[in-house]
Amino acid sequence: MTVHNLYIFDRNGKCLYYNEWNRKKQAGISKEEEYKLMYGMLFSIRSFVSKMSPLDSKEGFQSFQTSRYRLHYFETPSGLKFVMNTDLSVSNARDALQHIYSNLYVENIVKNPTCILGNSLDSDLFSTRLDTFIRALPYYNPRTT
Amino acid sequence: MSRQSNRTTDSKKMNSELFTLTYGALVTQLCKDYENDEEVNKQLDKMGYNIGVRLIEDFLARSSVGRCQDFRETADVIAKVAFKTYLGVTPSVTNWSPAGDEFSLILESNPLVDFVELPDNHNALIYSNLLCGVLRGALEMVQMAVDVKFVQDTLRGDNVTEIRMKFIKRIEENLPAGDE
Repeated sequence: MTVHNLYIFDRNGKCLYYNEWNRKKQAGISKEEEYKLMYGMLFSIRSFVSKMSPLDSKEGFQSFQTSRYRLHYFETPSGLKFVMNTDLSVSNARDALQHIYSNLYVENIVKNPTCILGNSLDSDLFSTRLDTFIRALPYYNPRTT
Repeated sequence: MSRQSNRTTDSKKMNSELFTLTYGALVTQLCKDYENDEEVNKQLDKMGYNIGVRLIEDFLARSSVGRCQDFRETADVIAKVAFKTYLGVTPSVTNWSPAGDEFSLILESNPLVDFVELPDNHNALIYSNLLCGVLRGALEMVQMAVDVKFVQDTLRGDNVTEIRMKFIKRIEENLPAGDE
């Protein structure tokens, strides 16, 4: 049970925030490249998923899993995208992502006039609170190796 | 380890007179700074826009409404949820254009103008123009370009305050440039 990493993208595909907790293997490409590829993948999945849907749905793409990890996706109507990778034991992390949006992002970034929207989130308060929140998640618990 | 305290659902109470007077002080100051009503209207709209682009996030987080399916739903959400939450009034939605891309919000009472009389030398001032900016900014963030303007105002002797909103286009999301 653990959380690997978290990305926050703005509506233009810029990575506003990234942090990792128990990520043991890196992708072997630069972080910038990784953000770009991650956003590109999500963008394609998202648009194709809704094209394939037999019925119109509001939610669309929510998560996918491989044999090793699960990617949880949460998008606000304003186009912010929250992406969290966890291991397979975490079945649904959307509540956590929603919480990060409404109680951490909105409270600490949007309502902070010194944070310019669309810039990378460099608020210490936000980072600290986010870290506290992630570590307090019931499924955080890093396995000891 | 303690969780972040959850946002309380009941909104914090605030003295509405203080709010009204603060807004009045803001407009008065702008009138002093610019001396030209057109310019004041423009500044109010600009301020409103900057408020709107942030307020929308608070609104989405607070109300947890999803994306609207059409402009009629948007109109309803603005009137019944947004105005109710932030101004404590519920305007009525009327005067739809035949194409369904234009409607009016009729405010029986406008909390911004509770103590206001427009002096004669400010007859071009659109006192509550901030609201237009807020609506424009907020909707832009949810991919809707709209045109918002006051067509009736109790301050100018009309019976009601009417805000006209016109849908211009959906702002499509694009892949960032430089990606194949």
